[in-house]
Amino acid sequence: MDNPTWQESVYAALKAARVTILGYVPDAGHAHLINAAHADPAMQAVVLTTEEEGIALAAGAWLGGQRAVMLMQSSGVGNCINMLSLPLNCRMPFLTLVTMRGEWGEFNPWQVPMGAATQPVLTAAGVHVRRADRPDEVAEMVAASAALAFDSQIPVAVLLSQRLIGAKVFVK
Amino acid sequence: MSRPNDGTLDRREVVAALMRDPGDLLVVTGLGAATYDVGVTGDRPLNFYLWGAMGGTAMIGLGIALAQPSRRVLVVTGDGEMLMGMGSLASIAAAGAPNLAIAVLDNMRYGETGSQYSHTGHTTDLQAVAAACGWTRTATARSMDDVEALRPRLRTENLFAVLRISAEEKPRHLPPRDGAYLSDRFRRALGVVED
Repeated sequence: MDNPTWQESVYAALKAARVTILGYVPDAGHAHLINAAHADPAMQAVVLTTEEEGIALAAGAWLGGQRAVMLMQSSGVGNCINMLSLPLNCRMPFLTLVTMRGEWGEFNPWQVPMGAATQPVLTAAGVHVRRADRPDEVAEMVAASAALAFDSQIPVAVLLSQRLIGAKVFVK
Repeated sequence: MSRPNDGTLDRREVVAALMRDPGDLLVVTGLGAATYDVGVTGDRPLNFYLWGAMGGTAMIGLGIALAQPSRRVLVVTGDGEMLMGMGSLASIAAAGAPNLAIAVLDNMRYGETGSQYSHTGHTTDLQAVAAACGWTRTATARSMDDVEALRPRLRTENLFAVLRISAEEKPRHLPPRDGAYLSDRFRRALGVVED
């Protein structure tokens, strides 16, 4: 493909980082990655009931010698906090891609508090946070963050800004 | 305080039976007494003990099982820890992991915090929960004969088993609790460390 979308480039970056297990709580902004993972026989896509399950899943994958990524929405970050003690205590990598809500043209006020808290909460919990705002920087940022997470065995979150993914449009 | 429907099994006897001749079984234990019970049967690199991350034991088991499809994974945890991660029973059933089994030591209490009754001591039946989530093989053990019958199944089937232990508290046995050490030695024993 001559001009892959940034979503396609992100999936390629995860593959290049040898990610083979992808846990997710669905979000519209992750739809491409989720579909690509389910269509890829070399990727095990695991749907989760809540986000902290993905941290434990990734820890298990690492113990078993494979690399995982966790896809979630910013609202799910709040569900993860205690479970983040797992990769930190065990000096394990953890890579998560977080689609942001509540920050750019948000219609739903219930998304705003956790959206505003996402980055400081992750930082307070010991996660290294990167943030992508432009399509042309996302794939490189994911690749560098995967290298940071898996090579240095630390938790890293890449926030995909709501401006980047597009605000959800609610139509009556 | 006891209740008429309390379990009667001795938790250390149960876990000793489950862990007898472990071979290359990969074992993940839930924080609290399950970690002590498995540790007292003999420390080994392929035991991964949790001292925190409550609610995550079963999902760690799933991650290992997906990463190592040719190896057997056994999760040993308590009712309170399993209740906190109850959604993971749905996630594991949906994922499908034929090489993963879960053994829940159910004393219907939060033993570490003063033996308050858990939900299994009130109204919840974890075996039924697992079955409703899509686990096709579930069981409850109420005698040591039951435990012995479940032991080989826990090493060959995608089985969710509830073991009805008594609420008797045992002396604490403290296996290693440095997570980085436990993780590194587990991965080295599996041969998956890249140097």
